[in-house]
Amino acid sequence: MASKTSFYIIIALLLTLGFGLAIARYTYFGIPLTPDKFKKAWLLEARVDFEAGSGPVLAALTLPENPPGYKILGENSASPGYGFAIIENDGKRRGEWSRNNVNGPQTLYYKIQLVETGYDYNPQESDTVVADNVFWNETEDVAARYVVSTAGEKSSTPESFTRQLIEIINNPEPEENAALLLSSYKPVELLYKLINYAGIPARISQGLLLEDARRRQQPVQLIEIFSDRRWISFDVVNKEQGLQPGYFLWQRGGDSLLDVVGGSNSRVTFSMIQSSLSSLDIAATDIGQSGVSWLGVHSLSVEEQGMFKFLFLLPLGVFVVVFMRLIAGIKTLGSFMPALIALAFVQTSLFQGIVSFIVIVTVGLIIRSYLSYLNLLLVSRIATLIVIVIILVTFFSLAGYHLGLSTGMTITFFPMIIIAWTIERLSILWEEESGREVLKQGGGSLLVAVAAYIVMTMPLAGHLTFNFPELSLVILAGIMLLGRYTGYRLSELYRFRDFKAAANEDN
Amino acid sequence: MKIISPCSLKQSGILGINSRNRDYIARYNKRKYYPYVDDKLKTKLLADVHGIPVPALKSIIRTQHDINLLDPVLSELNGFAVKPSRGSGGKGIWIIKEQKNGSFIKSSGAVISKNDFKRHLSNIVAGLYSLNGSPDVVIVEDIIRISSVFSDYSYEGVPDIRIIVFKGYPVMAMLRLATRVSDGKANLHQGAVGVGIDIATGSAVNAVWFSKTITRHPDSDNDIRNIKIPGWKKILELASGCYEMSGLGYIGADIVIDKTRGAQLLELNARPGLSIQVANGAGLIPRLKLIESVQMPFGSAKERVRFSIRNFGNY
Repeated sequence: MASKTSFYIIIALLLTLGFGLAIARYTYFGIPLTPDKFKKAWLLEARVDFEAGSGPVLAALTLPENPPGYKILGENSASPGYGFAIIENDGKRRGEWSRNNVNGPQTLYYKIQLVETGYDYNPQESDTVVADNVFWNETEDVAARYVVSTAGEKSSTPESFTRQLIEIINNPEPEENAALLLSSYKPVELLYKLINYAGIPARISQGLLLEDARRRQQPVQLIEIFSDRRWISFDVVNKEQGLQPGYFLWQRGGDSLLDVVGGSNSRVTFSMIQSSLSSLDIAATDIGQSGVSWLGVHSLSVEEQGMFKFLFLLPLGVFVVVFMRLIAGIKTLGSFMPALIALAFVQTSLFQGIVSFIVIVTVGLIIRSYLSYLNLLLVSRIATLIVIVIILVTFFSLAGYHLGLSTGMTITFFPMIIIAWTIERLSILWEEESGREVLKQGGGSLLVAVAAYIVMTMPLAGHLTFNFPELSLVILAGIMLLGRYTGYRLSELYRFRDFKAAANEDN
Repeated sequence: MKIISPCSLKQSGILGINSRNRDYIARYNKRKYYPYVDDKLKTKLLADVHGIPVPALKSIIRTQHDINLLDPVLSELNGFAVKPSRGSGGKGIWIIKEQKNGSFIKSSGAVISKNDFKRHLSNIVAGLYSLNGSPDVVIVEDIIRISSVFSDYSYEGVPDIRIIVFKGYPVMAMLRLATRVSDGKANLHQGAVGVGIDIATGSAVNAVWFSKTITRHPDSDNDIRNIKIPGWKKILELASGCYEMSGLGYIGADIVIDKTRGAQLLELNARPGLSIQVANGAGLIPRLKLIESVQMPFGSAKERVRFSIRNFGNY
């Protein structure tokens, strides 16, 4: 059979190409085949956006220096047309971009490669530091003095004093002196002024929570106080003392994070991605010209790399779905809805994802049951459901946010159109078959989604798909091979379980 | 949880879904012929052309306006059935056994007012029961009166005979009996009884209810093993003729027996289910393989039926 030979030739080609490229990448560039457990490495990217007026522009971004817990491997800036220089002044490093004549929206990138050193590198300073001078107006001065003395009465050390102040400022119903001060200062700023006012040196720092493949992150402001010749950081919102794991201090004290002269509407956002050490080396050294490197995504900006990280996981999820349907025989709603739901779970975390999925689908089903009275045409019915799902997602994320579940926001990652279709299919199933069938197929879909989630979140899977994108060809070959499987499904072993007895009776 | 090993399934020659889809449906059913079986009206008209008996077509309702023109047609009928042409799984089918004082009495005994009846027709035309909600056509056809052979074995609905026809050869048959649980419907997973029928003789070989072997009908308690379908050879020939008619190589033909008119084709299915194997206590694969190995195919339905009777009989 000609079709059979050509099929196996295609499969062989896919396998050789996939494995061949992966092996080449492994041998020439030494990208490790397994994720490095001990040294987490990060690629961090600061993106500066601003609107340039006509004329010369100078943008200055404070750069990290000796960040506790991390080592800087390398840094570079990608901003065509701009002159870039790193300027050290008074122990602070700033990156300065300059250009003579520009107009319109501008985007500048600064990338830095980091590796976790695993211990809190926060040495004793040799110099003593004195508190900054603080100025208040008269009424503020009275209020500040009162607040400082209240906190001072209940504390014995600079640390406990700071904790007391954070307590006072975070009180949902602040007493009147604190309320007066809070009306004209942001909490972090106020804390900075009050601590310095009490004679304890303090400074404001900018921290970033490092999470893989996050994009457009805003820095978190932390307060650091100088005590016992060390800088100790405090998280104002969570009232935590000391630097929490996963935090990277981008800026410690000093000037503002970003200054732009000759432009307006300036802002800085951060993207980050976890990477293996040697793939970082590749990113650091310019390999634009060599043979297979263009196939890798390391030359892209971190923001885009984060997107690819999810994109490359999808073939794996699709493979799991094909396997669960053809080999296990689990019924799912819609062919690949479980893969997309699993991808949403990767971003929301599993438990939360499942809970919000069930809640949204249940509420959607209740509303849909009313819709069926209205006898709408299919397209308009689905469109109605999409809008309803969007409203539900918005409602639940806002409700979650106001209840203090900051993670509630992540349910906006759910593929709304897929959920709308899921609700539609479930409701038809309900009307035509039974509630039992709804639970069976809905549960089956969730089960497949969880299986896909487990496979997609394996560290090895993430590492291989991202660093060896050509392995997608191998997955493709696997999917095509599954398409030729004509054996029994596992579910059929159960369906025909009593078959043997019937056959024996005949003989 | 009890399961069966794939080896013993293979030994019994059970056909699985993957294999059915790839080795039989995809290989022998050309896509372009699907509309002839998915649309009951097309099946019916085609059957007429090929001389295959079907319940007589009384009227067709294509637009909402047609519904009001129906009265003179219905006044001449006593019992009749209305069906959505592109419905699936028996949805939207109403069997009206008689008309009384301007209202309609369904086979279940429910009394339907004229307005409710017209609304149902309007829903069908609007596409409530068609596969993707597209506008549909209502078929009004003769009612099937249950044959006395089956009257002791079925609860409300008329039993139908499902015959798998492969390349024109009838390979396996099953009688489906409605029960109280299945609410007059003939789908096995909804609780109908599946009775395996011997291809050679037309008599019952085995019966299953909710995938358990039974010998008596759950409602009437009559012994199912006594069932013998009359005029079996003619029924097989009718099913076999559906191959030429539809052009599809792997089909399930649903046939009913009317008290006075005899065997009639109800509908064809291009993706027939696999539970017929459970009802028969036999796998499809050996039979399908035998037909695939036949070098010189027989030309007529009669010859193919003779081949099937010789080879697929149980005794």
